[in-house]
Amino acid sequence: MKASAFSYARAASVSNALELLVAHGDGAKLLAGGQSLLPAINLRLISPDLIVDIGGIAELGGIAVSGDVLVVGALTRHVDLLRSSEIAEHAPLLTEAIAHVAHPAIRNRGTLGGSLAHADPASELPACMLALKATMIVGSQNGERRIAAEDFFKGIYETALSAQELLIAVELPVRQNNAAPFFHEFARRHGDYAIAGLAAQAIVEAGVFADLRLAFFAVGDRPVLARAANKLIDVAITSAVMSEASAAFAAELDPPDDQQASASMRRHLATVLLARCASALLGRNDLDAGRPA
Amino acid sequence: MTAHVPISLDVNGERVDANVLPRVHLADFLREHLQLTGTHLGCEHGVCGACTVRLNGEIVRACLTLAVQAHGASVETIEGLSDSGEIADLQAAFRDRNALQCGFCTPGMLMAAQDLLKLHCAPDRERIREHLSGNYCRCTGYQAIIDAVETTARGRTGRKP
Repeated sequence: MKASAFSYARAASVSNALELLVAHGDGAKLLAGGQSLLPAINLRLISPDLIVDIGGIAELGGIAVSGDVLVVGALTRHVDLLRSSEIAEHAPLLTEAIAHVAHPAIRNRGTLGGSLAHADPASELPACMLALKATMIVGSQNGERRIAAEDFFKGIYETALSAQELLIAVELPVRQNNAAPFFHEFARRHGDYAIAGLAAQAIVEAGVFADLRLAFFAVGDRPVLARAANKLIDVAITSAVMSEASAAFAAELDPPDDQQASASMRRHLATVLLARCASALLGRNDLDAGRPA
Repeated sequence: MTAHVPISLDVNGERVDANVLPRVHLADFLREHLQLTGTHLGCEHGVCGACTVRLNGEIVRACLTLAVQAHGASVETIEGLSDSGEIADLQAAFRDRNALQCGFCTPGMLMAAQDLLKLHCAPDRERIREHLSGNYCRCTGYQAIIDAVETTARGRTGRKP
């Protein structure tokens, strides 16, 4: 389908974009890479009065390490994340995850900030933000505020951003030396939205999880941190411990039913991901319930 | 009412100046305004890959790029790649390996395949599948398409087909 008519403004700076948002209220929509917004507009799921194109604002780009924090500009494209040596060194979970985000032609335009602000519950990067303890830097005419990733995602396509705010950058703590990432998702076609996925980061000491953050996606209305991960921390992992954690995890999930998969299939796949993650991070084949013998 | 926006861009090496409505995406601009109908439109929401073009040297979905966003950019379409001879061997391989049936997906497939071959000179079949994963062929000629890309890669690096 074709988009309905809208007006277009090319924002010259962040302050210019914020002025336009304030002046036009809910009728305005920010355009970054457009890889989520333009499908929605072409399908006429949304029909904004004004598109504010922030794609040319240089101050929203760039990846920089500052002390023990990695700052990633909102306009950083997926392909930039994929090729960045800073990301590979300090946030390798993102490097792994990006390979699963859509397809090369979409990764050449889609941006980190756009994906996070869009907040599709099946997309990979919001879950990575939870696993990596990211902080969102949000700008408005009142100045900047900082929002923890866990408080940022509120529901399907819903975030803590107001209509007068703009996501400026993301701050990630740089990786501790022994922190290890795990990423996997189930999708019908490589690059499609996941049916169930897991972005995780762990610290393993002497075969035991000293820390474990499990951020699941496509199994709820927003990315979810598994509380059951606590059952795997600071204990010797046996198959009994895994079964107990898996059962607790399945009980805390409330996955959606849709044309891709039933709720019970999603719950099952999520527990398979949990087992594979523990198995991979601990180097223990015996824990992988989802692997054929 | 929304106003036309003036844009200037480079299309296949030629300067183009136009006034476009903001809602017009790049694929419609190429097809309707410039009569470059080699860029096909399938789904118009980024799933099928038929509208793949190059923007500043990188492949993008022309249906998910507004024409106004291409202001100041360099665009290359299948007509440009074909006329310059850049993909003559790839096109010949598609013909030889029977990698096109109805031909609807072919321009997008060629754009995506050439993008891969520029990034990797010797991709294996898995890598080819992954890079073309965003391009649908509804005739389901995928194996032959992968054969053609693999043959071209071998030919370019002087290996036996």
